[in-house]
Amino acid sequence: MPKYLLIMRGTDESNAAMMASIEEGIARTRLFIEEMMKAGVLLGAEGLDDPGQGAVVDFSGEAPVVTDGPYGETKELFGGFFLLDVASKQEAVEWAKRVPAAPGSKIEIRRVPGEDEVPQDSTVQR
Amino acid sequence: MGTADVEAVWRIESARIVAALTRFTGDFGLAEDAAQEAVAEALVSWPLASPANPAGWLMATARRRAIDAIRRRTALQDRYALLATDPAVDEEIDPDRIDDDVLALMFVSCHPVLSPEARVALTLRVVGGLSSEEIARAFLVPVPTVQARITRAKKTIAAAGVPFELPPAGERRERLGGVLSVLYVIFTEGSTATSGDRLLRPDVAYEAIRLTRTLAALQPDEPEVHGLLALCELTAARFPARTGPDGSPILLEDQDRRRWDFSATRRGLAALAKASTRGLGPYGLQAAIAATHASAPSVEATDWDRIVVLYEVLGRVAPSPVVELNRAVAVAMASGPAQALAIVDELIALDRLPGSHLVPTVRGELLARLGRRPEARAELELAARLCANQRERSVLLRKAAALG
Repeated sequence: MPKYLLIMRGTDESNAAMMASIEEGIARTRLFIEEMMKAGVLLGAEGLDDPGQGAVVDFSGEAPVVTDGPYGETKELFGGFFLLDVASKQEAVEWAKRVPAAPGSKIEIRRVPGEDEVPQDSTVQR
Repeated sequence: MGTADVEAVWRIESARIVAALTRFTGDFGLAEDAAQEAVAEALVSWPLASPANPAGWLMATARRRAIDAIRRRTALQDRYALLATDPAVDEEIDPDRIDDDVLALMFVSCHPVLSPEARVALTLRVVGGLSSEEIARAFLVPVPTVQARITRAKKTIAAAGVPFELPPAGERRERLGGVLSVLYVIFTEGSTATSGDRLLRPDVAYEAIRLTRTLAALQPDEPEVHGLLALCELTAARFPARTGPDGSPILLEDQDRRRWDFSATRRGLAALAKASTRGLGPYGLQAAIAATHASAPSVEATDWDRIVVLYEVLGRVAPSPVVELNRAVAVAMASGPAQALAIVDELIALDRLPGSHLVPTVRGELLARLGRRPEARAELELAARLCANQRERSVLLRKAAALG
């Protein structure tokens, strides 16, 4: 069965809106997670810390270059994810519509290919 | 919104809608009919105009259809009067109550008054949200057969006066066992198809896993629910390695273990940890056996002694000739084929598994390992004649032919 990753993409504004009522946001997210568990579709969920606390490893040069902080100039920052085990993309979309996301944020839906779709050629590094 | 969108919303909502409507009307069959009518309407009207709140739309429509049906039943005037006060308003679903209602729905769908086939069909339909067509595809039976099973099941439940409630404390454990066995039957159909030309039907197995996860979320204190979930996850973890590119089965010893689904294994082990807090039941023990395989780098490096012990315990907790046969296979790996053959011969002497292809399959393998080739060949040929799965049958015939 295909899995889908629901990638939370917040902006500075949506993150600020979320932080303004963080307790309510956490309570609603907890309920939403419970709902997905009861539907038997939730495989994993994590929220990420402030991107300023992170680091970036850049492989443009010969040796990897490490810099602090968020990645590039991007306006929408990866803030967390839900990993779902659902029957169809439409079902992933339907769950995404129910995420208690802050106004202004977006959710990107990406399919995780099944093991049977990975090339079986023995020369492929696994 | 198209058909696939309607189906997606329906899969998420069906159990809650049927459960809430059954609670609301006291009539499981009527609730299921009303819910089906709502989906049929959604399939027509959503492509023309998408509702702002699809889940609420389905619930409200199903509720209206339930009220219409009750109105048509003149005998139920008093209940109609009660319902008619506010037919258009969406009832907020009370989250505490809906959980119990979904659970009650599982118990009703798996009720012992129903035939095993009806339990499976009803569970997939009302709890899983599958259509009759999908269920028919899953079990390789004609659609009208599934429809008839469901119609008959609803009549049986009404005739038997099965109440819509959680079973009383005294019956709970046994009834839960009934639900688990229905989920296990569904899973098994997906993990080792009993007929047809495919060994695995992962979509069927997936439905069982999903329903078992639901049950685990609703009954978190029942070890065997986690045991079954662990068993399903750990078994499904091997799916990617169990068939070759042409769909032919690959036996455990020949599987490329790097293809096992690592995250499914991890989920299975986590479920097993929850199951083992208070001693393992039959599902938990089978999961523990699967976990032993999952953590072994190869067949040779598998802890077969542990597997033998687990089968011995399983044989005491849930005696069955299939368990004995599996124990024989484990004994062959741990201590050699001669001891295993004694176990199999005893099964045959007592005629414990008449007509099963599994006994001659195992006996043939053991004889081959003992170098008794003509006897081994005869056993494998017998197994092939008894086997209903075409993929398994051709493997057996190939093995028999290789014995010369």
